[in-house]
This record gives sequence, structure tokens and C-alpha cells, in this order.
Amino acid sequence: MSDAIIVEGLAKRFAEVEAVAGISFRVRQGELFGFLGPNGSGKSTTINLLTGLARPDAGAIRLGGIDCRHRPGAAQHLIGVVPDESNLYPELSGFDNLCFCAALYGMAKRERETRARELLADFGLSDAAGRRFSGWSKGMKRKLTIAAGIIHRPAILFLDEPTTGIDVASARQVRQLIADLHRGGTTIFLTTHYIEEAERLCDRIAFIVSGRIVRIDTLEQLLKPLQGGQVVRIAYDTTLNGIENGLDGAFPGRSFTCPEPGVIRVEADGPVRVGAIVRFLEEQGIEVAEARRIRPSLEEIFVRVTGIEADVMQRERGKP
Amino acid sequence: MKPWIAFWNILLKDMRTYYLKPPNISWGLIFPLAWTGMFFIKSGSGLDGILALLPGVVAISILFGTTSMLAVTVTFEKKHRSFERLLLAPIPLELLMLAKTGGAILFGVANAFVPVIMAAFLVDLSQVNWAPFIGAVILIAMASTFLGLFIAVAVSEVFEAQTFSNFFRFPMIFLCGLFFPIADLPALLRPLAYLLPLTYGADVLHGAVHGGHALPVALDLIILSGFCLGLFAISLGNVRRRWIS
Repeated sequence: MSDAIIVEGLAKRFAEVEAVAGISFRVRQGELFGFLGPNGSGKSTTINLLTGLARPDAGAIRLGGIDCRHRPGAAQHLIGVVPDESNLYPELSGFDNLCFCAALYGMAKRERETRARELLADFGLSDAAGRRFSGWSKGMKRKLTIAAGIIHRPAILFLDEPTTGIDVASARQVRQLIADLHRGGTTIFLTTHYIEEAERLCDRIAFIVSGRIVRIDTLEQLLKPLQGGQVVRIAYDTTLNGIENGLDGAFPGRSFTCPEPGVIRVEADGPVRVGAIVRFLEEQGIEVAEARRIRPSLEEIFVRVTGIEADVMQRERGKP
Repeated sequence: MKPWIAFWNILLKDMRTYYLKPPNISWGLIFPLAWTGMFFIKSGSGLDGILALLPGVVAISILFGTTSMLAVTVTFEKKHRSFERLLLAPIPLELLMLAKTGGAILFGVANAFVPVIMAAFLVDLSQVNWAPFIGAVILIAMASTFLGLFIAVAVSEVFEAQTFSNFFRFPMIFLCGLFFPIADLPALLRPLAYLLPLTYGADVLHGAVHGGHALPVALDLIILSGFCLGLFAISLGNVRRRWIS
């Protein structure tokens, strides 16, 4: 299968900030490629560089075989872009917004009206089609923004944080729409800081931190190092410093860390006997509130590879 | 790909969304009427004075209509990121910006004829030389619109667009010879008048309405066209440098 997106040595600097630091990756045709990283890691800048909204300082970009560095704008007909916030026209109706976006891609009147109706029906927005976009809910706006991004049936779709700032039900619907587009053969480049979203949707995932890609692989390969091992999270009520040192001595071959006060994280390549650890802690006068095994997840790998705690990403959910 | 479909639909959308709204239509009618009334009363020269005031009021109607509207609408779309949608479309930037400015140019031309229609009820316009008059109206509308575009690219907030527009507009009105002959200006300001596009448009309008040009009409129109091309080219360069950098 050929590559829909080829990026080599892409770099972009804004004054003193190195937003994208010489990244390279390839996205295969029909693949759903996830770009996972915290806010400010360079995800949106990368999308802007790939879609032509910003010019790179260095590097090469090929979209659908077209050299976009030397022919900026030449691949615009191949791509659809869904930005991280709905940017349709508030004074137009949903139907008129879609027709206008179709016209930007040169679609004839009858064709764009048929396509707009078809998408409104597919996205469950037909009832609101005639209403002004400004009066729509956030979830409906996001769905219409996705519809506008695919109105011209692009071969490559860029989705920038598609579920940020919308309610749980709408986010679920949007994820379903993305999965449907993927099944339909569209190449999708998705940026997100929701680990579970990347885990659920993507074929391959790149971790980006401070403008650098620190790991790219399939979900299966990313999870492989954890599959033989186990992770246990133990929460306790007493505040004690250095308890992990005592545990290290008592349970060799296990790794003990304190990610936050009152929590011990146990990692091992083999099975972890939770009961023995809990008993040891209770013998030390520590009251254990909870001990649970954590399923091997992308979150674990993300934390290991990037050094960024998953709760940092969680907290960023609420940020604009 | 048919770029003209995109061009036409951007123009139509802007006309529907911004220019054909009742507040703008009423502004287009009231503004020239107010200026005409103000100068008419001030001059105290009776109905004959209307003909003398007509070029000035026409030029002001175009200038104020186009620069404000374009600067505000483009700044508004840029701030709400809907302008990104246009930048992502597979059409050349030149064509996109012509489509965005086309609505304002048409609005400016329509504004210009409001005082003309009003004057037609009060004075005899049979001696007006319409060919250069219409040519000047179109070129003033284009130059003012491209000035609005230049302003829109230079600012990031809607209120800045309004303030920055006035920075250009008010000196231009008083220096371009519409209401005070350039020859009567202080010697220091006279060269400045010839750096303003409206000076050449006003000269054509004055000549078309009551004869007597300071410069040949063709030269006025060529210089005005040069201002249009220059302002458009600078604005395009600024869009590329500031918005697609």
C-alpha cells in the first residue's frame, strides 16, 4: 500500500519556540494515524504545516504524491481539514454552510445540494439543516464541521482534536463517524490528547512531546512490552515518605514508584502478588484503601515513553 | 476544479451575509444624505451648490462604505477562523482575495450612485461626462476596498480595523482636493496630497461633473489603477507573510 502522507525532517520555529523539531513519519493510504501529545506539543502546528496554513522552515511534505514544500497549495483538492474548533459561518444555516464549503471545491449547484443533504442525513442533522449555525449545540457544530471537511470526498482527512470540548454522547457519535470514515477508506490524520481516543481509533500512533516524535508504532507493538507484565495501583490513607524504598527491599524484581501522595504504583515483568504487598504495608501501619490491577494500556506506554503522567493529559481536557 | 464556482459563491455569500443586510443598506443611504445635507447647508449656495458638492459626496460614500466593511468583515472572519476555510480551498490566493473584495467593490459602486440619484431629482445632470465619472467611481471603489484589505491584514481585532481605517480616511478626505482645492493647501501638505489615491479619483470626478481637470483624465485613471494594483499586491504579500507564514 502506498503512502498518502510523507513527512521528512519537518521543522518550524516561532521566535524562540521550536514548535516542530525535524519530525519524520509516513501515513499509509487508508490508515488512521494518531498524533498523541499534550497541549503545546506541536500537534496543531504540524497540521497547519501539512495543510498549507503555515510554511515550514525545513523538511519535505508529500501529500498523495504531491510535493507540497515546493508546490504549496497543489494538494488542497486532496485534503479535508476539521479544525479544533468549529469555524463555519454562524449566520448561515447548516445546509447553506455545507453548500458553500462544497462550492469552494468547485462542485456544481445540484451536486453540492445533493451531497449536503446526504451528509446532513448521515450525521443525523437533517432536522436542524435550515436553522442558523450560531444556534446549534457544540456537539452538532462539531459534527457539521466534520461534514464540511468531507463534503468534497477528500482522500486525506486532517482531524485536529475532534472531540475536545463536546459532551460525552456527542464525542461518542463523533468517534463513530471517524471510525465509519476510516472503514470507507479515507486516510485520516488525527491529533488528540485523549489517550483512550487514540487507543480506540488509531491503526498507528505517534507520541509527540515538545515538537519531537518520541515513538511511532501500531497499538499492538506499543502494548507488547506490557503484555507479559502487570501493573498494580495501591492507594493508602497514611502519608509516609520513602515507603517505596522499603518495598523495594522486601519485594525484589518489582518496581515501586509514588506517582502522587498516597499512591504506590507497582510494575513487574511477571505476576504481582497483591495480597503480599498489602499485608506488608499493613504491617508497617499503613491503611490500604484500594489495590487494583491496571489493564495494560496505551496510557502505560505513554507514561513510560514520554515521562508525562496520564493525569496531565486528563487535566488538559478542560482547557480550550 | 472550477475556480470560478468558488469565486462566485464567496462573492455571493459575502453580499448576502454582509452587504445586503438592512443596516448596511440604510447606512449606504443615510451616510451620503447626511454629508450632502451638511455641505449643502454650510455652503448656502442654493441648489446649484449640489453639483459642486456631488464629486466629494460620491467619493466619501465610496471610501467610507468600502474600507470599513471590508476591514471589519475580513478581520471578523480571521478572528473566528472561518477565513482559514477559504485559505484551505483549492483556489489561487489572488482569486480568493478578489472574491473577498468583489462584494465590497460592488457595495462601494452602489453607494456612489445614491447621492447621484438624489441629485438627479434636484439638479440637471445632463452635462455630466458619465464615462470618466463611472470609471473613476469603479477605480475609487477598488482602491478604497484594497486599502480596507491592507488594513484588515495589518490588524487582529475588529475595533482596531475601525480605528486604523480612520487614520487613513480622514486625512485623505481633507487633502485630496474634494472640498478644498489642492492649490489652496499649505505648500508642505501639497506633495502629500499627490500620494493619496483619492486625489486622482477626485480630479476625474470634478472634471466629469463640472469640467476642469488638474491632470489629464487618462493619467488620473492610470495612476489610480496603479494604486489599486499596488495596494492589492502589498495586501497579498502581507496575507502570505502574516497569515500563511
